[in-house]
Amino acid sequence: MGRTLAEKVWDDHVVRRAEGEPDLLFIDLHLLHEVTSPQAFDGLRLAGRPVRRTDLTIATEDHNTPTLDIDKPIADPVSRVQLETLRRNAAEFGVRIHSLGDVEQGVVHVVGPQLGLTQPGMTVVCGDSHTSTHGAFGALAFGIGTSQVEHVLATQTLPLAPFRTMAITVEGELPEGVTAKDLILAVIAKIGTGGGQGYVLEYRGSAIRSLSMEARMTVCNMSIEAGARAGMIAPDETTFEYLKGRPHAPQGEDWDAAVEYWRTLGTDEDAVFDHEILIDASELTPFVTWGTNPGQGAPLGSAVPNPEDFADPQERLAAENALAYMGLEAGTPLREVAVDAVFVGSCTNGRIEDLRAAAAILEGRRIADGVRMLVVPGSVRVALQAVEEGLDKVFTAAGAEWRHAGCSMCLGMNPDQLAPGERCASTSNRNFEGRQGKGGRTHLVSPQVAAATAVLGRLAAPADLVSTNVAVEA
Amino acid sequence: MEKFTTHTGRAVPLRRSNVDTDQIIPAHWLKKVTRSGFEGGLFEAWRKDESFILNRPERQGATVLVAGPEFGTGSSREHAVWALQNYGFHAVISSRFADIFRGNSLKNGLLTVVLPQETVERLWVLTESDPSAEITVDLENREVRAEGVTASFELDDNVRWRLLNGLDDISITLQNEADIAAYEATRPAFKPRTLPVS
Ligand code: SF4
Repeated sequence: MGRTLAEKVWDDHVVRRAEGEPDLLFIDLHLLHEVTSPQAFDGLRLAGRPVRRTDLTIATEDHNTPTLDIDKPIADPVSRVQLETLRRNAAEFGVRIHSLGDVEQGVVHVVGPQLGLTQPGMTVVCGDSHTSTHGAFGALAFGIGTSQVEHVLATQTLPLAPFRTMAITVEGELPEGVTAKDLILAVIAKIGTGGGQGYVLEYRGSAIRSLSMEARMTVCNMSIEAGARAGMIAPDETTFEYLKGRPHAPQGEDWDAAVEYWRTLGTDEDAVFDHEILIDASELTPFVTWGTNPGQGAPLGSAVPNPEDFADPQERLAAENALAYMGLEAGTPLREVAVDAVFVGSCTNGRIEDLRAAAAILEGRRIADGVRMLVVPGSVRVALQAVEEGLDKVFTAAGAEWRHAGCSMCLGMNPDQLAPGERCASTSNRNFEGRQGKGGRTHLVSPQVAAATAVLGRLAAPADLVSTNVAVEA
Repeated sequence: MEKFTTHTGRAVPLRRSNVDTDQIIPAHWLKKVTRSGFEGGLFEAWRKDESFILNRPERQGATVLVAGPEFGTGSSREHAVWALQNYGFHAVISSRFADIFRGNSLKNGLLTVVLPQETVERLWVLTESDPSAEITVDLENREVRAEGVTASFELDDNVRWRLLNGLDDISITLQNEADIAAYEATRPAFKPRTLPVS
């Protein structure tokens, strides 16, 4: 019987298979950041163990890094200690690190792919749930806990329980103005935040094939929000095109050998998935969340749902609580929801295409009075590219703040936070209570919706701007 | 991880049930970046009270905690286990542990022993009246012994084997180091490396 993409990658990494034991899998790439690695390094130190494969390990600083005044000492002592600890550990164990101020620094899931370190058919792990991002290349990539981080550092392997496979097939063409973010938000709303539990999702179909690499990363990034172990997309010409010439992409004969191997990875025609979901791309519209989990989303053109309409008592209760926290009335059209802040960034939507999309909408416009907009590139490379293209000027001319690279307001571990009660349209991936700051209210949106929302001061799609074209008088 | 075969030591009788992990180690200790040095946070709130049993001079150097039922409930923080170990405990006896806490403890080499509540009661009475009374936790024979008490306990064979040999997950994997090396030898040349930095 044929095998799926995920099964092929798994099989190619089995170091040891024994009756009654989980498979021991080899890990091709281990990404580290400052939050989940300190205890793992300390465990190595206590046991007197080295890092087995420093040549398959790379660290970057992202969660705690400030996005302003990056040349000044970090004010928050906890953030400072975490960053300093990572630097010390990297030096002591011989791990490559990209610290604040380094040209390769950035959000770990933006940095890996842009260096060309993430490639098809690899196993990629990181002590961070959004490691699923790397699945966009046809890699089996998943987040791990701190004791697993230590295990990988010491052995470059992980004993892993088997997974089930789910195909999410999206056929047809995405309508104008509908993005990868809308697609994945719609998928999560459809299968629920627990719908992917125990599964590795494979996104397939013509709509997925036509996505750029960066858009594919947006989709795979949020697999975790559906509860999945990982999300994957079969590598194809788009993947190879993206990788070619990147610093760590294979070269010469190695490139040919790699591409030949990568071409064999796609799911076989006679492979069987444990579960299948079909989505018609042409029916998708801009999508936003109204609640406090990523599954509580709806088309922008609809209204805040009425908890009464949920048949499941748990869901009804969750909706009631969400509306109370979000300060929303059932039945309010989502387009009438006014925001205080807009955040463009994160490992979901902090890449150059995302910034271009937002800038294209802001060009020649001003953001609404009273709205604060933060644009935070996912990495220093993204920032440099944006500056080269003049996007930073577009943002600042529109009244937005152009910041340094990092996770920033995606989780507010640094000073970039919402005040209690503030409402934000955010291109990040989690709208949990307090995620962007205590009492903050988050609506997950695409970069396009974020930009249009900033201009109108209420949730909006770019199409809404045509009629209200507020050109700036120079 | 240290081997656990048999351990004998004085005890701290903790007559409280439902001791959750936030009481064992409060959340603000989670900001630490090491696996050691959590002893100061163990039962931090209770230790502010001078009469709390852990603070009494006759309990200093005790290594066996005899706790009430439902020990270790709440958040899954592994720090709770580290705090108990850093403080010097080798074993915790209770009639019921929270699952995640138990899993974490056995992974880290802290032996959690389940005994019937009436046996726990007898150990409490014994160690309360005589702070110098010793308790022996014998993993080889799966038995707890103290003056007037001999009680057998159950423990999964595999877990017992790991504790007896001092094997944590990493040591177990490293026993198959030859498999890892053999796999590494066959990895294709085109797979990327992070070093050296070009
Ligand atoms: S950008 Fe957000 S989701 Fe991504 S790694 Fe940083 S904190 Fe996590």
